Amino acid sequence: MNDAPLLQVNGVGKRFGGFIALADIELSVTLGERVGLVGPNGSGKSTLVNCICGTLRNETGSVRFAGHRLEGLSAHERTRLGLARSFQLPRPFATMSLAENLRVPILYAVNVRNGHAMTDIEGRCDELLHMVGLHEKAHRLPRDLTQIEMRKLELARAMAAEPRLLISDEAMAGLSHGEVDDILALLLKLNEQGVTIIMIEHIMRAVLAFSQRLVVLVAGRKIADGDPQEVVRQRDVVEAYLGS
Amino acid sequence: MRNTTFVALLVVAASVVFAAMMWIHNGYVFFAGYVVLQYIVLATAWNILGGYTGYVNFGIAAFFACGAYSTVVLEKLWSPPLIVMILAGGLVSGIIGLGTGYLTLRLRGTFFGIATLALAVVAQTLITNWDFVGGSRGAYIIRPEHAPLLPLDYIQYLCLWMLILSVVALATARAIEHSRLGVGFATIRDDELAAEASGVPTLRLKLIATVLSGGFMGMAGAPLPFYVTYLDPSSGFNLSYAVNTIAMPLIGGTSSWVGPLIGAILLGTLQQVATVTISSALSLLIVGLMLVGFVVAAPNGIIGWFAPATRTRMRRLRGGR
Amino acid sequence: MDLSFNLLGNAIMSGILLGGFYAAVSIGVSISFGMLDIVNIAQPAFILLGSYVAYIANTWWGADPILASVIAMPLFYLLGVAIYTVYEISFERRGDTSLRGLSFFFGLLFITEVTLVLVFGVDYRLVEARYIGPSFFLGQIEFPLRLLVPFLVALVMLGALQLFLSRSFLGRAVQAVAQDPQALRLMAANPTRIKRIAFGISIATASLAGAVLIIIQPVEPSVGRDYIGRIFAIVVLGGLGSMSGTLVAAILLGIAENFTATFYGPSWSPAVSFGILLLTLAVRPSGLFGRA
Repeated sequence: MNDAPLLQVNGVGKRFGGFIALADIELSVTLGERVGLVGPNGSGKSTLVNCICGTLRNETGSVRFAGHRLEGLSAHERTRLGLARSFQLPRPFATMSLAENLRVPILYAVNVRNGHAMTDIEGRCDELLHMVGLHEKAHRLPRDLTQIEMRKLELARAMAAEPRLLISDEAMAGLSHGEVDDILALLLKLNEQGVTIIMIEHIMRAVLAFSQRLVVLVAGRKIADGDPQEVVRQRDVVEAYLGS
Repeated sequence: MRNTTFVALLVVAASVVFAAMMWIHNGYVFFAGYVVLQYIVLATAWNILGGYTGYVNFGIAAFFACGAYSTVVLEKLWSPPLIVMILAGGLVSGIIGLGTGYLTLRLRGTFFGIATLALAVVAQTLITNWDFVGGSRGAYIIRPEHAPLLPLDYIQYLCLWMLILSVVALATARAIEHSRLGVGFATIRDDELAAEASGVPTLRLKLIATVLSGGFMGMAGAPLPFYVTYLDPSSGFNLSYAVNTIAMPLIGGTSSWVGPLIGAILLGTLQQVATVTISSALSLLIVGLMLVGFVVAAPNGIIGWFAPATRTRMRRLRGGR
Repeated sequence: MDLSFNLLGNAIMSGILLGGFYAAVSIGVSISFGMLDIVNIAQPAFILLGSYVAYIANTWWGADPILASVIAMPLFYLLGVAIYTVYEISFERRGDTSLRGLSFFFGLLFITEVTLVLVFGVDYRLVEARYIGPSFFLGQIEFPLRLLVPFLVALVMLGALQLFLSRSFLGRAVQAVAQDPQALRLMAANPTRIKRIAFGISIATASLAGAVLIIIQPVEPSVGRDYIGRIFAIVVLGGLGSMSGTLVAAILLGIAENFTATFYGPSWSPAVSFGILLLTLAVRPSGLFGRA
């Protein structure tokens, strides 16, 4: 039984010109874990996701995933290894239907990984759309979707890549109470199916309901990492992020 | 419709066209027909990169003229059969596409467009300074009277080859559309960042598109020296090739192989008529105005008038790979 | 030994003067591409339009070309505003700037060039003015006024624009609009309106650039195409959004081109700018002074 963490982030740093976006980030995530990542706007959460997933290159430190060093691997190679993310602002393929959107990761990530074993792609897309409740709009274009439906499509597309680790980047932002619960239920179900999840959110009740472990990022640095109930009582966390 | 059925239909259509041209038996039909067919190839080739992936290539002249000039070089060296020259033109331009792509495709799409503009001028300058192919004085190529093996005049033979190239180009474009490659191209056009995150190897696919596109343009240019019999840089690198090649898919529609075909036939014949009746400068002006008009007012081109995209069916892919 | 030193010195000096002229020609794109992210490849055609306007004023009324172009600037500004309005509605709003937006400008470039051919023909046109012809000498180094006047005009234009961008509210809004349109909205400034004004200014500079062009060399409609490469090479090499970068890159290009022309022959000149452009894009796309 392998004890090594699924994701290991060591000393990762990233600057934009003179601005230090990330400094010396240490993070490890074990298989099956549910990790919450919170912090004020601009604290570097999305930058960290981008560095892990390969959209940006970190200048210092290293990222290891499932035993592989990710340095030098492009974003699509990391997705093929089993790392997937949803975008904070949904980025659907606008000229393709929902089903066709989901087909892309299956064709380019899953089938490449498993030697083109998946042949019933249409069936799989159907399954995924059912999971997020979008099967009725399978052949519609993304522009016909509501906000929450776009978020669900975004998550479904990330899931279509059959990831071992899914990073959900503020999927709940701006949604209503009931819609937040929808997404929360979806993520919990995915975790039950064996997907390790990092959830980035501002909605604390969802974060606390979801996370086994809570990580707090402030101004590019990690200031807390541990049991959610303890972390939210930490003084520096309260001062920097939660308020009184 | 399976790809093989489609190709068969194309071959039948091409045979009908050629038979009709032979039956009319007017030399002008072949001269004009060659130009229209050449544009079918050019427009289809451009669309593989521009329409499918969204990366604009302004340096059409570089690929096209380099195909033509590779023929000049081969003709002067050892005068091989036309098929060799066509393949050579495709190879040369394909390599140029690979090189340019490798240097610039990591950058944003707009930088790529500017780089292709640069490429056309660099290529023209190099050719202008290359005495072996005549430099700025140009090169004379003797057009044989008769085709080898077949009972055709050489100009009819050139038309036949251009027909064949058109069939190959159109078949390739459609095959791409119905394959995994086509899906990948479309994701690059829609959202390259999301494409990468979904596992699409965007750089590799863009390189493939650039090589295919450039290669076909080179093949379209290869027979040109025999068609014009005198080739110099200013005519080979003429801006009208670039404008037409870009205008045709944008007017016809960039979303499928049908668009460049419609655009090439429509604009090509319009220009042939206009050049004879008004003037070539005016006919070019009309092309320019149509380009701007369509791009502003009808972004989906002529195809867009007939097939509004609100609901889509998931297109079946052939082969799955 | 003395002769080649002389040649070298003159090559460098005229290269610098030429560079100043190139900077004047590139300012417009430095604004539109460098700050507004609008790839206006049609700029050389508008510059040529400016040249022909100066030509007409000069041959019909004997007017000084530079003066005429300054008077014509408001008209060019309005042209810029009109073009940007169409561009914004048709492409920026639809999010299709990289394919159709680019093709739009390509079409404009073409239409302008062909129209000029239809109206003026392909003969070379030039202007007459008191400062075209004479030179003054500093030791062995020659300063042709034909090059010096445009160089000074360029410095004035660049200086004026730099002042505008850094001192006036409108100017600083222009600098802001590329970086953070959202913040601009919060400051009750409409980004679209700011971009429209800025693009209008960039086309207005084409008027003066055109006058300066026809002073330096005789023009005919296809001359614009030589300048696409020069302009974009300068703007990219200098770094997007940097006025001083534009000047430095322009002077470097001017010197490089002059050297190539003097020692290898003028037929290689077009390749210099495009070669520099390709090299910059391949090695350091952010340019010398560009923001990352």
